[in-house]
Amino acid sequence: MAATQEEIVAGLAEIVNEIAGIPTEDVKMDKSFTDDLDVDSLSMVEVVVAAEERFDVKIPDDDVKNLKTVGDATEYILKHQA
Amino acid sequence: MTAKIKPSKGAPYARILGVGGYRPTRVVPNEEILKHIDSSDEWIRTRSGIATRHWAGPDETVASMSVEAGGKAIADAGIAPDQIGAVIVSTVSHFKQTPAIATRIAHEVGAGKPAAFDISAGCAGFGYGLTLAKGMVVEGSAEYVLVIGVERLSDLTDREDRATAFLFGDGAGAVVVGPSKVPAIGPTVWGSEGDKSETITQTLPWDVYRDQTAAEVRYPAITQEGQAVFRWAVYEMAKVAQQALDEAGVNPEDLDVFIPHQANMRIIDSMIKTLKLPEHVTVARDVETTGNTSAASIPLAMERLLATGQAKSGDTALVIGFGAGLVYAATVVTLP
Repeated sequence: MAATQEEIVAGLAEIVNEIAGIPTEDVKMDKSFTDDLDVDSLSMVEVVVAAEERFDVKIPDDDVKNLKTVGDATEYILKHQA
Repeated sequence: MTAKIKPSKGAPYARILGVGGYRPTRVVPNEEILKHIDSSDEWIRTRSGIATRHWAGPDETVASMSVEAGGKAIADAGIAPDQIGAVIVSTVSHFKQTPAIATRIAHEVGAGKPAAFDISAGCAGFGYGLTLAKGMVVEGSAEYVLVIGVERLSDLTDREDRATAFLFGDGAGAVVVGPSKVPAIGPTVWGSEGDKSETITQTLPWDVYRDQTAAEVRYPAITQEGQAVFRWAVYEMAKVAQQALDEAGVNPEDLDVFIPHQANMRIIDSMIKTLKLPEHVTVARDVETTGNTSAASIPLAMERLLATGQAKSGDTALVIGFGAGLVYAATVVTLP
């Protein structure tokens, strides 16, 4: 069953927590991965790969650069999840 | 008539008998890199794990560094230079298209008149050369093969590109491959992904200067798509490394050493995590003080691990190279 918006944000929060050590409560829709959450370009790749597995979605390299905020990623996953 | 042809006679198996390295004398710290880019020591270290690298001086040429490293590998193997039957040199930074630099290196290490040729397989060049050498020893076309990975990547570095200016280093690493009574180089898992040929590439071909002057076009350098390379290296190459272990019949628990191509500490760290390597495995982290030396990085790291006692002769090591092409090669070896 496809994940809801709330489930995706919660899932991304867990992933960002594991990879960058950011508290899960800080991971909100309007937060920028790079500027607010200390997720650099390489950690972002790890976040993307973990999200792909968790939400059964493919996020090609060309699309990764468009995912600036948690909201961008959430919307992308909502739209593309299998 | 079809005449009966006598087959060549090789060794039952092959092994790495000796290793040698050459690092240029000049050590370049991040502070020097920062003169040309808007960045910081902390940024470079967190993105790459690189603190210093060696850059070659005018007298430290592709040939001279190779002769130094090759001579050490031959001495380490305990053979005479003239026993070398073939010399394979992997490089992307020898700027004379022809002749191959391998012939001069063969001559200068005192190998006499062996078969000698260059290969171009980027950061997988060591694994490609090792695989060819193993085949030659087992098939019988050479008893001992000198495999050299050598680069002067400082010549192909855009000092003003903040994404790559700090990455590359210079140096040469060499091994001698020879006969063995027992298997000591496992099956190679190798391949290419030509659909990703632009992911890591030289910005311009040399013949750009046929029609334009140096004042009109920026000197060629190596460029890469960082995120795409990182994803491929960490996740796809972890699968290749696992496959090399499987094909060699070696359990991760029985592995002593992991020597991945020294591209970037972040790739190495993430690769270990993805591979779930046991804690006891010694991991090569030569990139911190050597930078990315492409084809030279694995033999240089191997030489340092052995020289510092972090690894010892007879240890079982997983080696994997990956880079421009994209190409890759992984195998399990017994350390010399």
